Amino acid sequence: MNKHVMDKAIGETRLDRNTQGIIGKGVDRYEGPLKVSGRATYAYENLAGEDVAYGFVVPAPIGRGAIKSVDTSKAESAPGVLAVISGDKILRASSQPMAPAAQTIDGEVFHYNQPLAIVIAESFEAARHASHLVTADYEPKQGRYDVKARETVRKPDAMPMEPVNERGDFEKAFAEAEVQFDETYTTPSYHAAAMEPHASVAKWDGDRLTVWSSCQLLETNVKQIAAGVGLDVSKVRLHSPYIGGGFGSKLGIGPDAVFASLGAMTVGKPVKIALTRQNVFQQTSRRGETVQRVRFGATKEGKITCFAHETDTTNSPGNGFFEPSGISSVFLYPGKDRRIAHTIVETDALMTSAVRAPGEATGMLATESALDELADRLGIDPIDLRRMNEPKVNPQDDTPFSSRMLLECIEEGAGRFGWGDRPQKPGTRREGEWLIGMGMSSASRKNSLMKSSAEIEMSPDGRATVRTSMTDIGTGTYTILQQIAAEMLGLPLDQVDVELGDTALPASSGSGGSWGANSAGSSVFVAAEAMIAELAKRLDVDAETLTLKDGHAIAGNRQIPFSEILKGEAITVLGQIEPGKTDEETHQASYGAHFAEVAVNVVTGETRVRRLLTVGAAGRILNHKTATSQCYGGQIWGIGYALEEELVIDTRNGLMVNHDLAEYHVPVHADVPKLDVVLLEERDTHASPLAGKGIGELAIAGVGAAINNAIYNATGVRVRDYPVTMDKLLSQLPDDYLTAA
Amino acid sequence: MITLTINGEEHRLDVDPRTSLLDACRDHLGLTGSKKGCDHGQCGACTMLVNGRRINSCLTLAVMHEGDEITTVEGLGEPGNLHPMQAAFLEHDGFQCGYCTPGQVVSAVGMLGEVADGWPSNASKDLQNGAELSGEEIRERMSGNLCRCSAYPNIVDAIETAAKTTKEPA
Repeated sequence: MNKHVMDKAIGETRLDRNTQGIIGKGVDRYEGPLKVSGRATYAYENLAGEDVAYGFVVPAPIGRGAIKSVDTSKAESAPGVLAVISGDKILRASSQPMAPAAQTIDGEVFHYNQPLAIVIAESFEAARHASHLVTADYEPKQGRYDVKARETVRKPDAMPMEPVNERGDFEKAFAEAEVQFDETYTTPSYHAAAMEPHASVAKWDGDRLTVWSSCQLLETNVKQIAAGVGLDVSKVRLHSPYIGGGFGSKLGIGPDAVFASLGAMTVGKPVKIALTRQNVFQQTSRRGETVQRVRFGATKEGKITCFAHETDTTNSPGNGFFEPSGISSVFLYPGKDRRIAHTIVETDALMTSAVRAPGEATGMLATESALDELADRLGIDPIDLRRMNEPKVNPQDDTPFSSRMLLECIEEGAGRFGWGDRPQKPGTRREGEWLIGMGMSSASRKNSLMKSSAEIEMSPDGRATVRTSMTDIGTGTYTILQQIAAEMLGLPLDQVDVELGDTALPASSGSGGSWGANSAGSSVFVAAEAMIAELAKRLDVDAETLTLKDGHAIAGNRQIPFSEILKGEAITVLGQIEPGKTDEETHQASYGAHFAEVAVNVVTGETRVRRLLTVGAAGRILNHKTATSQCYGGQIWGIGYALEEELVIDTRNGLMVNHDLAEYHVPVHADVPKLDVVLLEERDTHASPLAGKGIGELAIAGVGAAINNAIYNATGVRVRDYPVTMDKLLSQLPDDYLTAA
Repeated sequence: MITLTINGEEHRLDVDPRTSLLDACRDHLGLTGSKKGCDHGQCGACTMLVNGRRINSCLTLAVMHEGDEITTVEGLGEPGNLHPMQAAFLEHDGFQCGYCTPGQVVSAVGMLGEVADGWPSNASKDLQNGAELSGEEIRERMSGNLCRCSAYPNIVDAIETAAKTTKEPA
């Protein structure tokens, strides 16, 4: 196996030479024809036409309590019912991403609508009907549901970051600062709301279990399934070739994966379970609500001298994961004396876990609004304030940045957007009923490279097939892996196939944390290098002197088709990437800037986003089309977080009041104007052999704050409690509309 | 026993009266292209054309559709022979995960038919004399189809491109 450890910066590679002209190009998605024609097979759709049974989850209708008894007899005698499964193997919810197993119910109800039992029946309709016939006796307990009440406070795990990061003496520096900025921002709970509900099909042959499930991280997910049913992991195979959106909610298995498996092992035929949309809300995971105190000490001229970002967030008993709102604060903002800290307020609502850009997505709603407020108080342009406070090294520990194009992104965006035309004084630009304003924010997302492997097989006719257990959750993995292999091996795109989403394939990083393209892509790069070495060996030349193009090897004045080199024999090579010293020696992140123009209606308080521009720098862009689409996704999530999304939790019992897609408002077509995305040329040679960085979560970081800042510029009203809905603006808007209109 | 006519093909089916048209296709006929996102008519992933009109197939029972002409995403085109709307979605990257895509594609085809028939929308300036297919009209008329990956800008571009080559629903 060819292994590359990222111990030093990468030099010039075949990707830089771009001989085949494929890397970076916005080619159509590899699996696109299957998706647009309805032929891509998502988890639930496997084993169509076979004799299968259907499962339906019974939710517990209380918030917290002990389960005294469960009566399944009526359900068991209902027509078509094959089995009712209850007891201690039932899972509470999804698994945490990296946990060895999901939590089980252990005779208790830990949150509202927690799974209580599973009905398995011959049809979906029979299972659904019988689910209403299962009854239980509970001994209710008092639950804790309000984060702001701070009933139980505890320290989080060091995952996904150290919860407390301190340097110097913040309190002393802040007390002595010329200007003291101290405001608190709140963000509600959010739901990933992927369009495909969590779903699984399981088949048991008496010895081995095969599961098709909608999962992002197959290597850990297959272990979580095995643990859930009590099998050795070698007996379980997990498939997830197409995933209908994840956004973090499928990093750990959904409870359906274990329920379908238990069902199949009980009734002796394959079992399908898709969670209802309501149960996806109540039984998987969510993003924790936050209360964030942001403090800047500064000089009157605007030089930031000290900085604190302290977050209260939440999780349920036994869960150490926390929404790391300060993840960007650690390296983005200066201040010699600093404190970035997080606390878990334990509650008895559904567990919280990672949702798209855990940390940045909530933290930068606060910090990037705070910077705008600070600029306003100091009478400085928000861009000048950022320019004045751009650190040269990571302010937390003085490590150098591998690359940091934040100011370039801001300058580029300001020019393109016409920032100079921004109203200097808030609330002064008006078009009839509409107040107009502009706002901006910075964007950053910590980069990470994970261990990942892939194989490439070159068949005797010279075609290549890439295989890895990697997933494509809509991010474009199939396509960029095809492009990397084609560019490296000098093959036309249609000569490269990609197989993903199967634990029988080489172990991969999976999709999460924007590490997928860099990690899985690098493993394909490394495997391709091994393939080139094999070809060179057969030609008896030095690999470095070999040029590969259009299925031919060119060495000196010889040009030989691959099929001729292979002489009827296939070659298979394995490549693996591992993070190394560059990760410790440099600080790596993607950067960007957002610019928003909004119109706020003085009569209704409605905000319309008129224009939105994101400029990003994320190292080498592997496919301009799919990378741009990722950024649109981030921008639109930003619109949702700024204006619409809020998972409302009933503080009496933990019920998610708006647990469906009619009441949990994600942006729709009509909420979204034409968007602009600009990606700057950059190579981060410390980040990976591809010289690329993560992009999927960059564009959501800060964008909601840019919209909030534009609302302030339009109206003069500052809202610190997201989302910025009409009711929070209306009472402070001008009441002269009757005469002005 | 009922007979459903889907994509021009007749299917004889012994179906539970509680079975939705969507589940009849997905669970009983092997037509899994239409997606279930919410089962409550809130997301549009299950959109089908029934006698040329777009509907949420999760909100209607299979037994109500004997004799209807039903079109699903599979009936519009297939790899190698895509419908112009499907080809435009591919070219403009009007999808990411692909789960809402069949619904978006079918809905867009139905929507173009509604515009061609002169139906106004909330975005129309004139309620009597038909509407021009603007970006604003497309966004208004497609708002019943959610896309959490948020491919909306590309979907609008795809529909504009396809509108130039398709004037009639399938």
